[in-house]
Amino acid sequence: MNDVLKITDLHVSVEGKPILKGVNLTIQKGETHALMGPNGSGKSTLGLVIMGHPKYEVTSGSIELNQIDILEMEADERARAGIFLAFQRPIAIPGVKMADFLRHATSNVRNPNRKEGEDLIAMKDFRKELKSKMGQLKMNTEFARRYVNDGFSGGEQKRAEILQLAMLGPKFAILDETDSGLDADAVKLASQSIAEIGREKMGLLIITHHDKLLESNPPEFAHVMLGGQIVETGGAELAEELYSNGYDRIRTKYPDASADNTAMEESETVGA
Amino acid sequence: MATDTNAELGEIQKYDFRTESEAVFKARKGIDAEIVNQISDMKNEPDWMRDFRLHALSVFESKPMPEWGGDINLDFQDIFYYLKPTNEQGKSWDDVPEEIKDTFEKLGIPQAEREYLAGVKAQFESEVIYGSLKEDLTQQGVIFTDTDTALREHPELLREYFGKIIPTEDNKFAALNSAVWSGGSFIYVPPGVKIEFPLQAYFRINAENMGQFERTLIIVDEGAQVHYVEGCTAPMYTTESLHSAVVEVVVKKNARCRYTTIQNWANNIYNLVTKRAYAYQDAVMEWVDGNLGSQLTMKYPAVYMMEPGARGEILSIAFSGKGQHQDAGAKLVHCANDTTGQIISKSISKNGGRSSYRGLARVEKGATNSKCSVVCDALILDDQSRSDTYPYIEVAEQDVSIGHEASVSRIGEEQLFYLKSRGLSEAEASTMIVNGFIEPLVKELPMEYAVELNRLIQLQMEGSVG
Repeated sequence: MNDVLKITDLHVSVEGKPILKGVNLTIQKGETHALMGPNGSGKSTLGLVIMGHPKYEVTSGSIELNQIDILEMEADERARAGIFLAFQRPIAIPGVKMADFLRHATSNVRNPNRKEGEDLIAMKDFRKELKSKMGQLKMNTEFARRYVNDGFSGGEQKRAEILQLAMLGPKFAILDETDSGLDADAVKLASQSIAEIGREKMGLLIITHHDKLLESNPPEFAHVMLGGQIVETGGAELAEELYSNGYDRIRTKYPDASADNTAMEESETVGA
Repeated sequence: MATDTNAELGEIQKYDFRTESEAVFKARKGIDAEIVNQISDMKNEPDWMRDFRLHALSVFESKPMPEWGGDINLDFQDIFYYLKPTNEQGKSWDDVPEEIKDTFEKLGIPQAEREYLAGVKAQFESEVIYGSLKEDLTQQGVIFTDTDTALREHPELLREYFGKIIPTEDNKFAALNSAVWSGGSFIYVPPGVKIEFPLQAYFRINAENMGQFERTLIIVDEGAQVHYVEGCTAPMYTTESLHSAVVEVVVKKNARCRYTTIQNWANNIYNLVTKRAYAYQDAVMEWVDGNLGSQLTMKYPAVYMMEPGARGEILSIAFSGKGQHQDAGAKLVHCANDTTGQIISKSISKNGGRSSYRGLARVEKGATNSKCSVVCDALILDDQSRSDTYPYIEVAEQDVSIGHEASVSRIGEEQLFYLKSRGLSEAEASTMIVNGFIEPLVKELPMEYAVELNRLIQLQMEGSVG
């Protein structure tokens, strides 16, 4: 069966305030989707909601993975079911070594029924695989002994996210501005790494302001988000247009969504 | 989560078992001059020690209960102060009465001894019932025995040092220990002898309403080196027991001593302990203090830096669960110039537990060019739990460097979500965050103890979430 991630009329609030207002999006295995839009449009929220962040309340709509509703699942169950989110701002876990963290993560995702305290994947195999994946990403092996995201530079954080993507091999991956903070070479490596995992083996949702990742991963679909809705969907040419010309045309065409977006953007600024 | 609960029960049972052991002598409950005399008689002690005890009894009786720290609801007359489990101390485990040997087998002591220890003492109730020391260390003049035997065999060392680091008048519980002390370790390391593997003592309270009052004295002579480790457990009873030890350490010129404690008392033990070291010229004293379990722990290992170049380091870990209060910390006293002290404290509170850091950094007149750094971090796992910090800083000199940093954090929703988004269950994620929090301390421990501490933390964490 072909894997499908299907989001239907998704409405999401934070502390009673609506953020997503009816998002529809279907991603099939092997497809790459670009999700673009101005600040505050709800792109990152969508990524976090798909992953199951407890802060967001889904007020209506559904998210289905292969026709199974995942909204009732905890984030770890979703991860084990094959969903992955590369965080825009990865969280530091001081004192926890990358290798230990990744070994637990990999064990759980590959053996979704694994219970706490049960065997982890064999150390020898794990080390070998980790070393080879780190090699592909041109990461120093010392990286595995560092604490998760603790004191990482922006580029290191993003590489570490790609490394996790490579180790976990999900069915669907959401990359939230994974290209920001990376220089051109690093973006190339990240793209190669995604190619290595096999774009045809998973569905990709790439959230981006830039076109760096999209250059080497040309999307079949591009979506524009504005004011908590996907207002327009097209092909790679739409992504190119938005990258070159910005969102003026979109804002003019969808004045209501644009007004919503402006309001959300402002409250985001106040909140920050 | 049924599996976790089973695992937890299995783990708790590991310590929570009671040995049916007939004591060969049990003093009646309560404390008075008659009991103190009886203990001294039983031990056939010299007069100076009997006088020391009786004086301590009067100090104990005259001192009020401390008004700071935790709530102590103890009826001192409802405790057994002396319980002698066996007549002879074993030199081989085969000499130890079967049921007591079985206790220590279950705790894994003989195995640890075979694998990585240079010597072992095992104390059951009031007396050390087993002792060993590697032959080559004996030949080099190392003494590792129980303090009662040391009093008989090395009276000159005891007269010189016993009660000199921690005077009887120091505090109420030091006075209590001085009156009724029994057992504990005595270590003497001759000049220049460096003991590679740790010496370990294990303290086990088995009886209900028991008071354990071991007395430990360690003397590390010039240029010598030792690592001493103690472990402590007890089964769970409905009424409280008391553990009140006094530990005195002397680290002479250029010597080095590390004292590691991993205590995992049952949740109805009052653990009120006084630990203090004197470090002389260029000597290094390190306390590594892991406090899990107990109902109330009040313990502040101290290093007095007596001569120039002395160094004191204290690493303290406290974990408070339901119904527990860990009032733990450290003291650094700079008595001479060019001395360096460091305190690193990490505390974790969960399920309504309370952790307090209480610490003293004191620079005396004349201790110029001293450096003192205190870092205490607290991690709170839920809204019911509590953490407090009571730092005391007293500085009588200008030319010194004192640093104090404190942080309190809660396990963040964002950290949990990040780990869960990678497939870790909530329990796994919390345990990982807690282990990460104490990692800087755990990595200082020898591997076996690091594994043990991580296992104990895991045990504390299980069932705490979800």
